[in-house]
Amino acid sequence: MSDALIGLAPAAARRAQSAAILPLAVRDLVLRFREATVLDRISFDLGGTGCTMVMGPNGSGKSLLLKLLHGLMQPSEGQIDWTGHSATDVTARQALVFQKPVLLRRSVAANIDFVLKARGKDPGRCDALLDHVGLGHKALQPARLLSGGEAQRLALARALATDPEVLFLDEPTASLDPASVLAIESIVGDARDRGVRIIFVTHDMGQARRMANDVLFLQRGRIAEHTRAADFFPEPRSQAARDYLNGRIVV
Amino acid sequence: MQNMGDAFGLALQLVFSGDADLLEVVMLSLQVSLTATTVASLIGLPIGALVAIGRFPGRNGVLIVMNALMGLPPVVVGLLVYLHLSRSGPLGFLGLLYTPTAMIIAQTILITPIVAALSRQVLEDLHAEYAEQFRSLCLTKLQIVQALLWDARYSLLTVGLAGFGRAVAEVGAVIIVGGNIDHLTRVMTTAIALETSKGDLALALALGIILLVIALGVNAAVQSVRMTAAKQAYV
Ligand SMILES: Nc1ncnc2c1ncn2[C@@H]1O[C@H](COP(=O)(O)OP(=O)(O)OP(=O)(O)O)[C@@H](O)[C@H]1O
Ligand SMILES: [Mg+2]
Repeated sequence: MSDALIGLAPAAARRAQSAAILPLAVRDLVLRFREATVLDRISFDLGGTGCTMVMGPNGSGKSLLLKLLHGLMQPSEGQIDWTGHSATDVTARQALVFQKPVLLRRSVAANIDFVLKARGKDPGRCDALLDHVGLGHKALQPARLLSGGEAQRLALARALATDPEVLFLDEPTASLDPASVLAIESIVGDARDRGVRIIFVTHDMGQARRMANDVLFLQRGRIAEHTRAADFFPEPRSQAARDYLNGRIVV
Repeated sequence: MQNMGDAFGLALQLVFSGDADLLEVVMLSLQVSLTATTVASLIGLPIGALVAIGRFPGRNGVLIVMNALMGLPPVVVGLLVYLHLSRSGPLGFLGLLYTPTAMIIAQTILITPIVAALSRQVLEDLHAEYAEQFRSLCLTKLQIVQALLWDARYSLLTVGLAGFGRAVAEVGAVIIVGGNIDHLTRVMTTAIALETSKGDLALALALGIILLVIALGVNAAVQSVRMTAAKQAYV
């Protein structure tokens, strides 16, 4: 599928029109719910391109970190600096595929159509976007009757419809069959190659190996390590990541 | 005074003969209550939507008032509208008292709070589900309201039905502002009250039967639309 057909311009070209939001610098980020500290003094930097895999045990704070970076939540303390922009200022230039996608009570095509129209995009791209994620034949079906994997693909198509410069993916392949996992990875890989910055949460080790440029490993709301993929997979630096890779409980 | 059985037989005869007077009363009832429901929806739905997604000071107070107004007694609404429309009232110059328009106004006031309060609940529940996704998509307030109204359309149909049901069945407000004038402002409920007090049970029963059938029919229609929608997971 050519980029022109699905209407996705190279992200770099779009970025040139407005002030860059990458690289990202996060400093001493803290998120508390009442007494509980769920993210604790998180600091890291992300460069302008590639795919960062966010990993860590259940409840380690991956989904919350994504929502903070995307500007959907306010941190209790700390800074998120998208090259001079705050997180809430750049929400519109990013897209997030939620762990549990919420689809509108409409047809599959109408879900995409709604976003294209709401965001002032060309409504003619709808069919191409659905074909791109392999849902072309389901266009007229009610979105809420899609299988778990199909719903994830529709959520991905909807995210791509907004032409994001940064794409957050929260376990987008958790309920997919192996062929669909590879299909999603290839779609995400396309986006990355067009210059979309990918931030991808996964528990799937094989997927992390296939996709990662770097790995951000969280444990109990802290960063256990942030390492280049080439260094992480042979031998993680942190005990937490080593235990996780070996299947030991580290919660 | 007829006995019950005779009255019932006569009533059925009236219904099936398509009696012109009867038809006139039924049509006026429908016209008044459907118009009131439409106007109440045009006012009540936006209010319900704004309160559902808005976070403003005094919101809880608005909620309490909205819910309290749902229980407005029809005679009190009738009285208030009467006071405004009577010749010495502030709107007396309009000459609306004892017209169908006055009845529409009274019923609209009666059911707008019902439409607003019930739709607020429906839309707030839906918004709780959609809010995070909508924030990620950076939608405007207007786009959010439009999307919520559209996606809740089948539930809102039931809300409209609740308003219509209350309007078409009430007698207290329309009798005060309409006056139950033959061929002008006589509707089903006021006719039933009058004919019963006159002892003409057949006509009263005939109207009662029609009122029940309308209520059942409208409910059945809405229910079947909702079930069709539910099959597609659109509810
Ligand atoms: N609204 C909230 N109030 C209180 N605690 C919360 C809230 N939301 C999340 N948490 C807690 O924060 C922690 C991190 O949640 P988060 O969803 O980020 O985990 P996660 O790393 O994405 O886990 P998973 O792999 O299961 O998706 C969890 O322990 C969760 O219970
Ligand atoms: Mg999660």
